[in-house]
Amino acid sequence: MKQFMVFVRKEFYHVFRDRRTLLILFGLPVMQILLFGYALTTEIKNAEIIIVDHAGDMASQQLTTMIAASKYFDINARVVSDEDIYKAFKKGKVKCAVVFPSGFGNDLQHGQTAQIQIIADAADPNTAKTLTNYLTAIIGDYQQQISPTANVPMRIEPVTRMLYNPEMNGSMNFIPGVMALVLMIICTTLTSVSIVREKEMGTMEILLVSPFKPTYVVLAKAVPYLALSLIDLIIILLLSVFLLDMPIRGNIILLFLESTLFIICCLSLGLLISSVTRTQQIAMMVSMMGMMLPTILFTGFIFPLENMPVPLQVVSNAVPSRWFYVIIKAVMLKGLGIGVIWKETLVLAGMTTALLIISIKSFKTRLS
Amino acid sequence: MRTLRLLLEKEFRQIFRDKGLLPILFIMPMVQLLIMPLAANFDVKNINLAVVDRDHSTYTQQMVSKIASSGYFRITGYYTDYTPAMHQIEREKADIILEIPAHFETDLVRESKASVYLAADAINGTKAGLGSAYLNTILGDFNNEIRMKWLPTKAAAVGTIDITSSNWFNPEMNYHLYMVPGILVLLVTMVGGFIAALNIVKEKEIGTIEQINVTPIKKWQFIIGKMIPFWTIGMVDFTIGLLLARYVYGVIPVGSLLLLYSFLSIYLVALLGFGLLISTYSDNQLQAMFVAFFFIMIFMLMSGLFVSVDNMPPWAKMITKLTPVTHFIDVVRMIVLKGSHFSDIKMQFLYEIAFAVVLNGWAILNYRKTA
Amino acid sequence: MSEKAIVCKDLTKRFGDFFAVNHISFDVDQGEIFGFLGANGAGKTTAMRMLCGLSYPTSGEATVAGYNVFRQQEAIKRNIGYMSQKFSLYESLTVRENIRFYGGVYGLSDKQLKEKGDELITKLGLEKEAKMMVGSLPLGWKQKLAFSVAIIHQPRIVFLDEPTGGVDPVTRRQFWDLIYDAAANGITVFVTTHYMDEAEYCNRISIMVDGRIDALDSPANLKKQFDAASMNEVFYALARTAKRSAD
Repeated sequence: MKQFMVFVRKEFYHVFRDRRTLLILFGLPVMQILLFGYALTTEIKNAEIIIVDHAGDMASQQLTTMIAASKYFDINARVVSDEDIYKAFKKGKVKCAVVFPSGFGNDLQHGQTAQIQIIADAADPNTAKTLTNYLTAIIGDYQQQISPTANVPMRIEPVTRMLYNPEMNGSMNFIPGVMALVLMIICTTLTSVSIVREKEMGTMEILLVSPFKPTYVVLAKAVPYLALSLIDLIIILLLSVFLLDMPIRGNIILLFLESTLFIICCLSLGLLISSVTRTQQIAMMVSMMGMMLPTILFTGFIFPLENMPVPLQVVSNAVPSRWFYVIIKAVMLKGLGIGVIWKETLVLAGMTTALLIISIKSFKTRLS
Repeated sequence: MRTLRLLLEKEFRQIFRDKGLLPILFIMPMVQLLIMPLAANFDVKNINLAVVDRDHSTYTQQMVSKIASSGYFRITGYYTDYTPAMHQIEREKADIILEIPAHFETDLVRESKASVYLAADAINGTKAGLGSAYLNTILGDFNNEIRMKWLPTKAAAVGTIDITSSNWFNPEMNYHLYMVPGILVLLVTMVGGFIAALNIVKEKEIGTIEQINVTPIKKWQFIIGKMIPFWTIGMVDFTIGLLLARYVYGVIPVGSLLLLYSFLSIYLVALLGFGLLISTYSDNQLQAMFVAFFFIMIFMLMSGLFVSVDNMPPWAKMITKLTPVTHFIDVVRMIVLKGSHFSDIKMQFLYEIAFAVVLNGWAILNYRKTA
Repeated sequence: MSEKAIVCKDLTKRFGDFFAVNHISFDVDQGEIFGFLGANGAGKTTAMRMLCGLSYPTSGEATVAGYNVFRQQEAIKRNIGYMSQKFSLYESLTVRENIRFYGGVYGLSDKQLKEKGDELITKLGLEKEAKMMVGSLPLGWKQKLAFSVAIIHQPRIVFLDEPTGGVDPVTRRQFWDLIYDAAANGITVFVTTHYMDEAEYCNRISIMVDGRIDALDSPANLKKQFDAASMNEVFYALARTAKRSAD
C-alpha cells in the first residue's frame, strides 16, 4: 500500500508540473462548458421574417403586429413581390415570409376562406418546420381572437404543460450533453497519453523491473486522474448551477456516485487505448480525433438517437457518454432516483469492468 | 522556381509514400461523409406519446387513432391513470403525455367545451415545442371534423384562415441536402488544416526543418511548398466528396460550381494559414494536436454545422463570425441549395479573404521568429 | 590559403541575463579541420547556429566564407553545408531522391546532379541501395550519406554537429576518412564532437567552457600546454572549471 501511494504521488507531481496538461485538465472544460452552455441552443428567437402584404387592410396589419410582437420573429422587411423574397432568401438572412393576398381582410369579414401563404427557406428543414409551426400557431390565435368565442361550439381546449423546463430554456438539453462530452474526452485522452508517455520515454521498463505489480502500475496511473477529474466534475457542476442556471433536482450524492462511475469508465477506456498504442501521438489521435465525433454524434444531445438508422443506434450503445447523458438528465433535471436509472448504471458498470479487465490483460501480455 | 519544384516533388513523394497518412487523407473523410449524415438527423418525427384516457369514449378512441395515423406520433402506452404514463416520461420512453379527462365526450356535447391536457418533457425544448404544436394542430383538425358532423352548416360569421405553406429550395424537406455539404466542409477542414499543421511540426520534430533552414531555400518557398500539396488535396477531397454527395445523397448543387470552387480555393488558403500558425506555435506534434483538438471542437459546435448560429447570443455570434469554417459552411449551403450568386455572398468572400491574409501573415511573421 | 574561412570576434549570444555564448573570438583557415569542443551546455550549438545563419548574434562580429553573419545570412547559406545531430535526410525518400532534392536546392543542374549522385553513390558503395528509402539504411550509412549530401554542392565550409553520435568505431573511422577527403578538396570542416579520439584528428581545436573559449590550439600544443598525456585529460582539466551544469 505504501508503495502504491509512492506511485500515486509521483503521478500527481507529473500532472501538476506540466502546465499544459493542467491547462487542458481545467481550462478546457471550463471554457467549453461556458462557451457551449451559453451558445448552444435550438430555441429559435428573433428569426427574420418578410411580410408581403398585398391586402394592406386592417386584418393583415393586425396579424402582422401579432407576428412582430412574438419573441420568435423580427420583421426584416415588408416587400411587395415574390421576386424580393427569393432574393432575400438567397442572401441567407431571412428565414421565412408571410404573404397576404389582396382581399385578405375582406374575405375574412365576409365569412369566406381567407388565404395566407407561408414561405419558408427550407434549406434548413428543421428551422423551416419550426418557424412554420410557430406562424401557424400565431395565425390560429388570431383566428380565435376574431371569432366570437360563443359562436364556436364543441370546443376542445388543449392545456399544455412543459415538464421540468417550464421556461423552455433552450440549452437545458445541451448542457448535460456537453458535460458528458467534455468529461469523456478529457478523462480518456489524459490517461491514454500518460501511460504511453512512460512507454515512449522508456521509464515504463524501469517501473516494470521494479518489484511492483504491473496491475498496480496501471492503477496508480489512473488514481490521480480520477481525483483530478472529480475536481473537474465539481467545477463543471458549479458552473452549470450558478452560471448556467441548471437545477440539481435529484440526490446530489447519487449524482456524484454516477459521475464517478462514468469517470472511471472513461479512465478505463483511456487505459485500454494506452496499452494498445505505441506512441503518444497515436494515443492522442485515437482518443481525441477518433472519439470526438462518435461522442458528439452518439451521445444523443444534438441529434436524437431514435432518428438514426438501426445499425447506428446499435453502435451508439457502445458509447459510454450515451448512458451517462440519460443518467445525468434523470438525476439532475428530473430529480429521479436509482430506481429509474439502474439499467443505465449497470451498463456503465459492466463497461467499466470489461474495459479494466481487457486493459490490464493486454498490458500484461505486452510484457511477455 | 526550380527550388519550389523540388520541394513540391519531395512533398508529394512523401505524402504518397506514407501508408498511414493516405487513408487519413482520402478514405477516412469519405467514410465519415457516408456515415455522418445518417446519424445527423434533426428531423422531429416519431414523437413518443403516452395516452392517459380516463374517458374511454368513441371520441377519445377516434382522437387517438387520428393522432396515431398522423405519422408524427408513436403511441407508446395507453393508460387509465397518470402515474404509469409519467413513468414513461421518466424512463425517456415517452416525450409527451396526452391526458383525456373523464367525461370528455359528455362535456364536449353538453357543455360544448372540453379540455385535454398535454404534458411534454421540455428538457428537449424543440421536441416538446414541435410535438405539442403538432398535437394542437391535429386536435384542432379533429375538433373541426366532429363539429362539422354535428353542425354541418357553417355558423361562423367570420371566415376561416386557410394557411398554405411552401418550402423553397428544399420542398421535400430533405435533411441530407442541408447536412451533407456542411459535413463535407468540416471534413475538408480537418484534412486541410490540421494534417498540414501536423506535417510541418513533424519536420520540426525530426529536425529536417533545421537542415532546410541552412539551405538557400527561402521561407516563402518552403511555406508555399507545404501549402500547395495540401491545398491540392483539399480540392481533391472536396471534389470526391461532392461526387459522393451527388450519387449517394442526391445533393446536386443548384448554384455555380465555379463560384463554389473559387470560394473553396480562398478558404483553403485561409485554412492552411491557420494550420501553419498552429505549427509555428508548437514544438512537437503532441502540442499541435492539443491545439488542433481545441479548435476542431469549437469549429464543430460553433460553426452552425450542427446547431444553428442564428439562435446564439450576440457574443457567441461574434465568435462564430471569427471562425473561418462558419462562413464556408454558410456559403456551401447557399450555393448548393439556393444557387446564391456572388453578390449574395460577397460579405463572406471578404471575411475569408481577410482570414487568408491575416492568418498567413501572422504565421509567416511568427515563423521567421522561431526559425 | 590566405583567406580565412571563418573570422569570429567577440561573438556573443545572450538570452536575458544568460550568456549562452560569451565574447568568443577565433579564426578558421580555409581547408582546415577545426574541432569545436565543450561539455553539454557549454554553448557549442548556439555558437554554431549563429555561424550558420540560423540565429542572430547579440553582439560581436563574424564572417563566414567572407560574408557577414548579420547581413548576409542568405549568402552564407549558399556557401556552407550543415549536418546536425538529428538525422536530417528525409527517411521516406530514396537515396537518389535525397541527393536530387538537397543538391537541387543548392542550384546544381540536372546533369551535375546525375554526375555527382553517381560519384557519391559509388564512393559510398551504395549502388544497390540507391533506390531504397533512406529510412531503411543502417545508422552508419545514413550518417555517411548525410555528410556526403551536405557537401554535394562543394561548399566552402561544412558544419558538423556531433556527426558520429551513436555510430560504431569502424564506421566512425570511415566517416573521418570522408572528412579528410573533403578537407583535401579544400572544404573547411567545422566539427563538434564528444569523442576525444576524434579531437586528435583535427588540425586545431577549441574548447568551450561556460560560453567562453578557454583553449585554442593544435591537439599537440594543447597537450603540451596542459601537461597532459591525452586530449581526454585536457578536456577534464578544463571542464572541471565549469560553473554551469550540463543539461
